[in-house]
Amino acid sequence: MEIIYLLIPISLVLLGGILWLLLWAVRDGQFDDLEGPAHRILMDEDKIVNSEKEQPR
Amino acid sequence: MHWPRFRSVVRFLGPAGGTLEPAITSTFFNQQLETGAAGAESCFHCGQPVPAGRRLTARIDGADRPMCCPGCQAVAEAIVGSGHDNFYRVRSGHTPGVERRDTGDVAVYDLPEIQRRFVHVLADETREVSLILEGISCAACIWLIEKHLGELPGVVDLQVNYATQHALLRWNDRQTRLSEILREIEAIGYRAMPCNAELQQAAHRRERRSLLRRLAVAGLFGMQVMMLSISLYAGAWTGIEREFEQFFRWLGLCLTLPVVLYSAAPFFTAAWRDLRQRRIAMDLPVSIAIGAAFAGSLLATWRGGGEVYFDSVVMFVFFLTASRYFESVARHRSAVSIERLVQSLPMVANRLTANGDVEEAVPAVALAVGDRVLVRPGETVPADATILEGSSAIDESLLSGESMPVEKSPGERLFGGSVNRSNPLRVSVTAVGADTVIAEIQRSVERALADKPPLARLADRVAARFVGIVLATVAGVAVYWWLWQPGRWFETALAVLIVSCPCALSLATPTAISATLGRMQALGMLVKRAMALETAQRITHVVFDKTGTLTRGEPLLERIECAPGCEREACLRLAAGLERHSQHPLARSLVRAAGTSGKPALRPESVSGGGLRAHIDGREYFIGSSDFIATATAAKIPRQWLDEIAHEAVSAVFLATAEMPMAMFVFSDELRAEARSVVAALRERGLEVLLMTGDRDAAAAKAARLCGIDDYRAGLAPGDKMAAVQAMQGRGARVMMIGDGINDAPVLACADVSVAMGGATALARGSADIVLMSSRLEAVTRIFEIAARTRRIVRQNLVWALVYNFGAIPAAALGLVAPWLAALGMSVSSLVVVLNASRLAR
Repeated sequence: MEIIYLLIPISLVLLGGILWLLLWAVRDGQFDDLEGPAHRILMDEDKIVNSEKEQPR
Repeated sequence: MHWPRFRSVVRFLGPAGGTLEPAITSTFFNQQLETGAAGAESCFHCGQPVPAGRRLTARIDGADRPMCCPGCQAVAEAIVGSGHDNFYRVRSGHTPGVERRDTGDVAVYDLPEIQRRFVHVLADETREVSLILEGISCAACIWLIEKHLGELPGVVDLQVNYATQHALLRWNDRQTRLSEILREIEAIGYRAMPCNAELQQAAHRRERRSLLRRLAVAGLFGMQVMMLSISLYAGAWTGIEREFEQFFRWLGLCLTLPVVLYSAAPFFTAAWRDLRQRRIAMDLPVSIAIGAAFAGSLLATWRGGGEVYFDSVVMFVFFLTASRYFESVARHRSAVSIERLVQSLPMVANRLTANGDVEEAVPAVALAVGDRVLVRPGETVPADATILEGSSAIDESLLSGESMPVEKSPGERLFGGSVNRSNPLRVSVTAVGADTVIAEIQRSVERALADKPPLARLADRVAARFVGIVLATVAGVAVYWWLWQPGRWFETALAVLIVSCPCALSLATPTAISATLGRMQALGMLVKRAMALETAQRITHVVFDKTGTLTRGEPLLERIECAPGCEREACLRLAAGLERHSQHPLARSLVRAAGTSGKPALRPESVSGGGLRAHIDGREYFIGSSDFIATATAAKIPRQWLDEIAHEAVSAVFLATAEMPMAMFVFSDELRAEARSVVAALRERGLEVLLMTGDRDAAAAKAARLCGIDDYRAGLAPGDKMAAVQAMQGRGARVMMIGDGINDAPVLACADVSVAMGGATALARGSADIVLMSSRLEAVTRIFEIAARTRRIVRQNLVWALVYNFGAIPAAALGLVAPWLAALGMSVSSLVVVLNASRLAR
């Protein structure tokens, strides 16, 4: 059972890492618009394909 | 008066408890309400039914698609023309046409005085402005806006936030102007307005992020604490070495500490603030529960004996923080849509200098009494004024409800907000700002709004009593157990505290209402006072305005009567050619009806008295009112025509040569297609339907007859409408008012529930409880259906919450509920309420 004296500190380090990541994401504004980016990435791709195909300039 | 735990209830119920009223982000229609269009062709762009006989198309994706109006056609062509036709493939649902309001000229925003309020200067030429966008319905809209504007010269950067429907625009002022960018946005079918809500926005963002951080801390540390607690429970069951038990306890203590100190901090500060101001609110028992549970566990850990409740503490804090986070998100959305409602274009005036010639554009607010101002055709009169030179048709429909312009000549009074329709006018300002007629109407709106009964305070009283009862019960339970079984008093009192947290009770109404608001948002109804949903239950009378509400508010060419020997199509072509030079609404309708077939007219001359003369193919033609034809020509209009228009209460325009009449064009203010069925549906619900209008008696009678309304009142001034509604209320009626003009604003404000059309004036939208962004009347019957459903769900929620609270408190007081079980019960009961409410969102 003494292994928990190693495992628990490791899990705490992981916890710290995850917490830091989450707080960074919040600060970075990644939770400010939860809907738009999901659609936007699809749009951009479509745009490239179609603009090459359909608009000979 | 501040009850933080119940703040949500208060806000959702009405204006008494907070500065922000609930509403939801304005989005517009998708297809949900397009049921009326069965069989008819629908517009490829906006999805609205195409009026019969219209043949407008736009070439999209290799096929000619039907369009409902020239506006949609122009937008579709602009989108395809700029190579963004991909938009039509990836959008979800139809693009709602932005209700075409008279917004005036966006060039106003290029004026330095106006820009100072909105625009930041970043570098020499780079400027930044925050824009509110209207008309966004899906993510494809954002793609379109970003792509289209990104290709404009001078646009440095544009970022659209889909959730808040705001955009941050950076542009180079030397390469382009702000007004040009705004026009480009309008060209593709959206509308943008600069706003300076950044401070408020930033405050919201800070609040949301702070709550999210607290939630993250509570959640992550909570999971660790839960894991340790399970070990401890398992240990208590199967046996555990003392060494590990103490290790787990100390570890639990350390991990709970950040949750209590950081995540739960807002509860403690709120409770402390209330205590100092000698008030009791829900934060107090919450703080006592968290503090006592933690302190008791700390003591037990320190002494190495007794129960620890770290799991209860973290669970409690996590769920409470989560509910506050969601509440904050909903509130943020309300704030955004309210801000959108109050935005209107700052008015600009062309001031004349002392010698009377050179004009300079100034903001209307900068005008002073005695200033001389030039009002061009199509412009809005910037303040109350007297005409010095010129005479023109003035559209006062916003103020009086009268749909046809009034002819005014030098010496007569003009009201700020009315629109000049035909000739340029030089006017002298007689009243500005608070002294104008429109400001007077605005004040009466504010008075009426302040007089609305403050039902929301009920929630405060309930909360205060409830908290008092809870604290008294806890004290009683603690004393009783301390006397009879000293070993368990703490545990039992704690369980009562946790179990009594009326989370479910306080979530019952707000969650149901916010789910409903979300649903209504999707249906194109913007609710500003959620109270209206509850009041809608008790409505007995529904009052409609006529112009712009039951009717479309714009004249439509109904038929053409030709004199013997004249041909219908030829007359229409001639008339359209002449009327192309006029701003009069009848003229514009005529031009629209003729499409592109108008003949070019030479030397047009607009004549005061409602007419116009010009040459086509070498002959002189006259078009205008019967008076104009009678004075300007020798033509004699047939008696029969005049009788006809007098009898039918319609507007008409006459075409004539210098000698003989040629044709009569009859217009009617077209009734909305759904008006009749909506009135019938309302009556089926047992509601009295009335029509009140400022328009002429004959026009009102006709509209009432066509809609199937028996009771109508015509010729009412804004004050009269208000008095009529108040008289009805005095007799015990509960009145719902549906209107759109400035003249409707006071009556909207005093009605029990008020509904404004999407195209309504800013003042009317500001004083209404519900705004129909779609301007489709079916939504009115929807309001009643939705309100009934919401009421049912709220009742279920309240019953469940009360059963839980009143069932669980005695059980806890008897010592049958362990604190962890109490925390679980609290969470589950809240979850049930939230899930039940979420059924409303579908």
